[in-house]
Order: sequence, then structure tokens, then C-alpha cells
Amino acid sequence: MNVAVLAGGRTPERDVSLRGGHRVTGALQELGHDAVLIDPGERALAEALQERSPDLCYLTLHGKEGEDGTVQRLLDLVGLAHTGTAAFDCEIAFDKLLAKDALDRAGVRTPAWAPIEGTALRDLGAGASLGRAVERVGLPCVVKPSRSGSALGVNSVAREADLPAAVMAALSFSGGVVVETAIVGTEVAVGVIGTPGETLPAVEIVPKGGTYDYAARYTAGATEYFTPARLGDDATAACRDVAMAAWDALGLRDVTRVDMIVDRDGVPWVLEVSVSPGMTETSLLPMGANAAGMGLAQLCDAVIQSTATRRGGN
Amino acid sequence: MAEFSIDRFVDLYAHRTSGMSASEVRALFAVASRPEVVSLAGGMPFVQALPTDDVLDAVRGVLAEHGAMSLQYGGGQGHLGLRERLAGLMAAENVEGDPEDMVITTGAQQALDLVGKIFIDPGDLIAVEAPAYVGALTAFGQYEPRYLQIEIDDDGMIVDQLEEALVRGERPKFVYTCPNFGNPGGVTLSYRRREQLVALCREAGIPIVEDNPYGMLRFEGSPLPALRTLDPENVIYLGTVSKVFSPGVRVGWALAEQSVVQRLVLAKEAADLCGSSFTMLVTERYFADEAQWRGNLATLTNIYRSRRDAMLDSIDEHFPDGAMWTNPAGGFYVWVTLPDWFDTRAMLAAAVERRVAYVPGTAFYPDGRGGNQMRLAFCYPPEDRIREGIARLGGLLEDEQALYRSLHP
Repeated sequence: MNVAVLAGGRTPERDVSLRGGHRVTGALQELGHDAVLIDPGERALAEALQERSPDLCYLTLHGKEGEDGTVQRLLDLVGLAHTGTAAFDCEIAFDKLLAKDALDRAGVRTPAWAPIEGTALRDLGAGASLGRAVERVGLPCVVKPSRSGSALGVNSVAREADLPAAVMAALSFSGGVVVETAIVGTEVAVGVIGTPGETLPAVEIVPKGGTYDYAARYTAGATEYFTPARLGDDATAACRDVAMAAWDALGLRDVTRVDMIVDRDGVPWVLEVSVSPGMTETSLLPMGANAAGMGLAQLCDAVIQSTATRRGGN
Repeated sequence: MAEFSIDRFVDLYAHRTSGMSASEVRALFAVASRPEVVSLAGGMPFVQALPTDDVLDAVRGVLAEHGAMSLQYGGGQGHLGLRERLAGLMAAENVEGDPEDMVITTGAQQALDLVGKIFIDPGDLIAVEAPAYVGALTAFGQYEPRYLQIEIDDDGMIVDQLEEALVRGERPKFVYTCPNFGNPGGVTLSYRRREQLVALCREAGIPIVEDNPYGMLRFEGSPLPALRTLDPENVIYLGTVSKVFSPGVRVGWALAEQSVVQRLVLAKEAADLCGSSFTMLVTERYFADEAQWRGNLATLTNIYRSRRDAMLDSIDEHFPDGAMWTNPAGGFYVWVTLPDWFDTRAMLAAAVERRVAYVPGTAFYPDGRGGNQMRLAFCYPPEDRIREGIARLGGLLEDEQALYRSLHP
């Protein structure tokens, strides 16, 4: 198959995306596909695609444009099939403010949160209600940009006085911010792949520095991972169920990663989902696949098969 | 259950590598290097202004006359002809140096590494100006020192602070400073402070490491005597052709007491046997024609001067009240200090989103200070791009101020 692997782009996750994209391209070539990497950060995507005219676009872009439905809409417009979730659902899943609402409505547990919008601060005097956010979520809390990935711009806040600085830092990455209750427990990531979705074994994340921040994610050796996660049978089953519930609630397709934290009572809380999970050598999805006995090529093949199944069904 | 091993050697690495990790800022710089972003971040010399014919002549001459030698290993101290030539280059700044007291290094950056290697044991105290060149901090950092940070003002390193520390009983192994249009401060150590620093260190028996990459890029005013000139015995002087010729040839040097040079040469040989014979010979040849290199340097200096002017003018126009900045009389950098609450590290993402980049101040301190500071480089983008970049940055600073006010009603 003639496959264009889209990777790179113009977001802070550009490097991470390129690293994953090169690995995926290699895996697809190993599978016998005519795969080539296209970097929308290097040349105009529409033009590159017209030239290449691929049968399928394999998406390994991260961050805005790549995960928020923008690229997906462009591909829909020019009539090219792509892996992963549909544009509208991407838009919801990528924006933590929207995704948490959607999860909550569907009865999927996600930590209590308060939304803060940059425009509301600037134009509506919302700064005066910052205290309400703390009342709602308690301390310590986690402050995240609503539309960004790889833990960029994420900070933990223990004292209310530190909240404004954390909000400003998060707003540097995104127009909106989620202030979320910090749940103490075991951090895990569950991959879901295929049509219908199937879960991969949960990967347990133990950052040596205590926080799974950007450095802990992308520095080899900075975080310990355990597959499957060291959870009891009940908690393991609960993680699987919750991952599938999030998948259904958000209308996800082909491949995704659900990040959650399992509290001391064994209850999983969904932190966020990624419609274009990282594919680098330190990424969680390939690790989960590995625990299921799947190499990178098999994982990519499963994603392509899933996309093909859907197209066949349409 | 299996522990998934990303890096099977993770428990074997030396302690000194513990600080080497992926970073958000690095991720943002990957985007900042894109053409639509005005990068005021990197300190890249504008080598485009160098006539390639001049370099081509040098390369041709080297291959024609020293073909085999230029492709062969050389001595650890570096090619003698080049050392003689560089002694002439230093003389242009009134620094006297015997070629026997020099070692050629792979850029001055390697000289920093070698100085760290021969002086610093883990836990040793070294004194550095604050802010200091980030590359010096990373070079020294490998040898696990503790830092005595001496702040700077418009007259360079505040030597009184060093004196107070010595009175307290602190004994740094050496004092590191970049006295001419320093990176990142852009300020120049005043004559009075030069004398004070040299006297203080001589009295205390503490060597000074004088890093002088930018001294010949002076836009106005008269040059001040080098620390090395004031005290040849107690100063280890580091030079480089990176800013006056090309960083691509990787030619720098250290000039020091013979005893120090001998150790530096041994350390250099341990690191890489010898520098590149080829680029050493090309550099020697390039600097053989004094009228030519001086002409090229004058062209470069004029370019940098008008870029500096463009940057200072537009900062003046676009930066909000409360911002302060230095006024460099040469070199590559303007150093900006914003009100305390600014977090230039966090703000970098928003800046890149607006297509302008800078280096956050925290990079230039070993202890995380500098959160409200930033380094702006005027050396590479042309004037119109500098003005555009500063206008974008000024707009961002104003928006951040509005946001700050809204969060502190």
C-alpha cells in the first residue's frame, strides 16, 4: 500500500513526532508497504499529498493541528483516508476541557476540575473567581493547558498563592486551562487498538523524579515502566473497562492511549486520552503492545487493518 | 510482570550525566529554528558576510602547499604556524602571548572543558559571573563543581561581591569571566573593576579564566586592557576565531603559564589527540592577509552594529514599562530583565506561537535564578526581522502583563 506517514509539524512536540514517525515509516516498510514520511513543517501538506497521492495517511503528528481535527479535516476534504479518530471527535478528545466534560457525561470517572479560559481572564475579570477553582478541586492540584500534550506547561500546585503563576504558564501553551484535583495513586496508560477496540496490557509509570513531566517522558532511563502494571486483578480489569468506556464515550478509532491514575482503592480515574499516541522508543503504546507480544510492525499493521476494515464497512 | 527497560545501561552511567535530560525548552527550540520564527535565541555568527572566495583561496593554498600535512595528525599543542598567527591576532587587542604558551583547542569551548578537567574535582568551588555563558556552565558542570555566583551590573562583574566572599573564607579554584560584551549580559567589565579583580585574585592566589570571544567586535569606544595584559601570570586567556572568522573551523586557544599549558596539552591529547590539521592550516592562511581579514572583520562589525541599533531601538519602542535591558558596545547580545513575576521559561511557548524566540534567563545560572530574564541575540537576523521579532515580543509582554493583572485583581 502507498502510505504517507505524517510526522513533524510545527508544534513543540515536533521532534517527538519525527522520532515516532521515522520508526513507524520503517515498520511499514518492513511490512512491505511503500511508506514515506511527510513533514507538514517542512513543506505544504496539501501539495505534498497531491504529489504523492497515497492510499492512506498514517498520522503520527502530535499537538495542535495534528491531534485537534485540523489535519483530519484537510484529509477529509481532499478525500484521503487516515488512521485514527474522526475530525470532530479529535477536536473533543484533544481539548481537555471538552474531553473531561464528555467523559463526565458518559459516567467515566475523571478527577474533579475547574476550567479557566484566557479570554475570560482578560475580558471578563475571571481572575476574581480563581479562589472558586481551588474550592472545587482542593489542594494540591494539577494545572494543565487544555490543548497541548507531552505534559508541556503542566505544573503541580500545593499552595493557592502559586496558582496564578501556574495558570499563566499553562496559558502559554493554550488558550484554556484545566485545574484538576491531584489524585494520589499509580499512574498507568492503556492502549486501545483496532475495530472494535481492544485494550493492550496496562503500562505502569514510575518516574524516578516523582513527576511524569516532559524530561521524565523523553529521557531514556528517567522513568521506570512495568508491563503489565503491578495492579490486582480487580484494578486491572477496572482499567480495561474504563479505557473502553473512554474510547466509546469519545468516539475514538483505530488507535489511542488512555492515561489514568489508579487510586489507593483501586479505582481508575481518566486523566486524558491521546488520539495520536507517541511512537518513540520511550513511548507507552509500543510498550503496551510489546507486553501483548506485538512488535512495532505488528502494532502498525493492526492500526492499518483497523482503518481498512472501517473503509470496507463504509 | 516485567520491568520494561528503555535503557539497559541506566544504572551504569556516571553521576555527572544525571543532569543531561530532555527539556521543554529544547523541544520549543526545535520549532524556533523554523524559518517563519524570528530567532533571537541562538548566537550564530553571520558567516554569510564572509567572502567565500577568501576562504576558497585559503583552502586551495593549504591543499596545494601542505596537502599531506593538512590531512595528517598533528601535535597536541596545535600547529606552530597557527599559534604564531594567533599571537598576532591577540596583539591586535594588546594581548601579548608567546606561541609556546598557547594550546590550540576545538573552539574556545574545548578550552573551557579542559580548564574544568585540570582544575575541578567534584565538590570544588569555582566562581562564575552571574549570569554566565551557558556553555561554560555545562563544560564546568561535567566536573561537578559548586558555584560561587558573582552578579553583574552595567560595569560587568561586581568584584566587591567576590571580595566579600573571599573575606568570608570562600576559596574558589578559579574565577570565570567574559569581560568584553559578555555572553549573555552584553556588558563590559570597567577598567577600575579590571584592576580590582586582577589585584584581588593575585593576592588570593586564585587564577582568572578570561573568556574573550567578542573583544574584536567593538562598535564604539576604546578597547580596555585585557585581564591577561594586566596580569599575564595569573590569567588563563581563552580566544577563538569563531566570531571573527568562522565557528565552522572550530579553532580556539588557551594562553597561560607554561605549567598550565603543559597540563592543558596533555588533557587535550587525552580528549582528541590533536585538533584538525586541515582547519588549523586554513585558519592560519586566512589570517595571513591582514588587510583582508581586517576588512572582513570591519564589514562584520558594521553589520552587527546596525543590528544592535535596530534591536535597541525597537526594544525601546515596544517593550513595556518595567523592562530593563543592557546596552552592549559590541558582541552579540542584549540581556533583558523584566518585573519579578515574569516567567520567561513558561512564556517561551507563547513566544514561539507568535513566531519569535529568545533564550530564557534560567539557562545562564547554575541555580535556577533568572526566571524573569532573557537573552536576545542580534547577530543573525537582518534588521527588519529583528524589528519584527521585537515587536512580536513586545506585544506578548504587554499581553502577559494584562493577564497578570487579571489574575491579581
